[in-house]
Amino acid sequence: MKTKNSYKQLPDEKGYFGKFGGRYVSETLMPLILEVEKEYNKIKNDNQFQNELKYYLKNYIGRPSPLLFAERITENLGGPKIYFKRDELNHTGAHKINNCMGQILLAKRMGKKRIIAETGAGQHGVATATVCALFGLPCIIYMGEKDIKRQSPNVFRMKLLGAEIRSVSTGSKSLKDAMNEALRDWVTNVRNTFYIIGTAAGPHPYPAMVRDFQSIIGKEVREQIIKAENKLPNLLMACIGGGSNAIGLFHEFLDDKDVEMIGIEAAGHGLNSSKHAASLTGGEPGVLHGNKTYLLQSNEGQIEEAHSISAGLDYPGIGPEHSYLFEEKRIAYMSATDAEAIEAFQYCCKLEGIIPALEPAHALAVLIKIAKNYSKDNIIIMNMCGRGDKDIFTVAEELKIKL
Amino acid sequence: MSLRIKNIFNNKSKKLATFTTGGDPDLETSIKIIETIINNKVDIVEIGMPFSDPMADGPTIQLSSNRSIMKGTSLNDIFKISSHIRKYKEDIPIILMGYYNVIFHFGIKNFVNKCVESGIDGLIIVDLQPEEDSDLYDKLKLQNINLIRLITPTTDKERLKLILNNASGFLYYVTITGITGQHSANMEELKKSINLIKSFSNLPIMAGFGIKDANDVKKICQIADGAVVGSSIVKIIEQNLSNKNKILELVDKFTKNLISGTKL
Repeated sequence: MKTKNSYKQLPDEKGYFGKFGGRYVSETLMPLILEVEKEYNKIKNDNQFQNELKYYLKNYIGRPSPLLFAERITENLGGPKIYFKRDELNHTGAHKINNCMGQILLAKRMGKKRIIAETGAGQHGVATATVCALFGLPCIIYMGEKDIKRQSPNVFRMKLLGAEIRSVSTGSKSLKDAMNEALRDWVTNVRNTFYIIGTAAGPHPYPAMVRDFQSIIGKEVREQIIKAENKLPNLLMACIGGGSNAIGLFHEFLDDKDVEMIGIEAAGHGLNSSKHAASLTGGEPGVLHGNKTYLLQSNEGQIEEAHSISAGLDYPGIGPEHSYLFEEKRIAYMSATDAEAIEAFQYCCKLEGIIPALEPAHALAVLIKIAKNYSKDNIIIMNMCGRGDKDIFTVAEELKIKL
Repeated sequence: MSLRIKNIFNNKSKKLATFTTGGDPDLETSIKIIETIINNKVDIVEIGMPFSDPMADGPTIQLSSNRSIMKGTSLNDIFKISSHIRKYKEDIPIILMGYYNVIFHFGIKNFVNKCVESGIDGLIIVDLQPEEDSDLYDKLKLQNINLIRLITPTTDKERLKLILNNASGFLYYVTITGITGQHSANMEELKKSINLIKSFSNLPIMAGFGIKDANDVKKICQIADGAVVGSSIVKIIEQNLSNKNKILELVDKFTKNLISGTKL
């Protein structure tokens, strides 16, 4: 449970955020996962590790990422000041690499010789393939057949980076099934393999570890906004699939009670259709992929297929810390449909000269809608967590434009 | 401890357990398959509760699980199968095997009540280790239903003690690091592991994963107290979906053969 007035002390030693989280994996994986936890606890306060991480964050990824005052969008909306945290400017084009860098340094330290990962949009796959190339480790990426088709530029990038792509054709052929296959690989090659999970989910310590590696986003934002405005923002916004970019931005501010936060899930064809990916608004608590959390599932507890135009949000679950913060009502969770995201995507291109990934376009869609509820002296910061080069084919198809 | 499980291990003969997914290829045939297996004097039957995301299973059981879900098999259907089998054979231990979400979603209390009603003797939940199983364990214990614990090649001595604490019925040794229906175990390593477990516990040890035929059963039975065969039986269903009589015929033949592997 949360310590007095703090949301930042979780998870507990069993990996729980309230009643969410934990460790639900095969016995084969348990000893290794306990070892990951032990090693992770060591490096948290290890100066040598942290300095090495800092070095690569700065010189390889390009951190800190800028905080941009989005002038034309602010003017167009006519209300609060809108800022974008520019994590799309990171090397490889998204926030994913913040976490990959941390985990690969940990894998190296643990003497692991082989890296596996799952990917949806391909951003986590590209980021993993990148750090594997950097450190000379073999890399195997599991990716749903459906996602391989809709994210072909990222598939090619991963191949160029030397990764082996394994196509997953079971189930919904997307992110959830890629994660199943990665877990099957891990259980088979448990002794020499490190699994770099891409989002703040999975068995403990992954949700906490991924959050910690991503929380650099919020820490930078605090410094940057104080410098620019000499006050804290009124509202933070970020899109949520598993929720790593969102928790990365939010975590630093969880105990600042005047900072409001909204996480945006993908509503696909609409929350009333069966085709969406809004696990919190449309799901129920359950157990999948190593943790207890909100999941889209049938009356029989079978996991349902998610749908979103954005491959990165197309996942029927969500990180356990979000489930906890949702029930605690510390963070509000809203959603945007495919169509709203496409519209916000174009809006951002034209007004700010930034081609956003379809994932943050969901957050922007909600921002556009709710900005009117805030006054001119209010500040909203949205995490621009990825760039949209990978999505141009999907968007063109949606707009019925032939390339 | 479940009396049926206790009784089955009263003598030293080697045991055979079989796994089939409940509701595959359909409810009725699934029942007939298990009856056929029982007619051949198999010692323990494991009935799989289908799940959409069977992370510890290879392609054969994944497909089987999927076929069953597509046929609309519910957890209540699994209990119907169990009740039927319980009536068919009073003294055979019935074990339900599956993943935690299905149980969690059904409600633990409700689930345990249904287990009692339908004559279930034990449960094997692949993704539920001692650290997380107390909610289920406590309720099962009151009803003398065994929560069968899994031990694997990566389990170290420290975890072994944790697992054995509260373990009952029998122990399930996963012979390989991997998923179901893949390569076979290294017998030398298996021997070492089984001996280690035996030095800490008197519970019988059934070994499973990668055990494909009578020959494998024979090898395993020289080391463990019995063998569990799953994917090879499920494969017969997969390959004969259009001919249900042929499934029963082949399962009958195959089980007879497997049983011969337990006679050392």
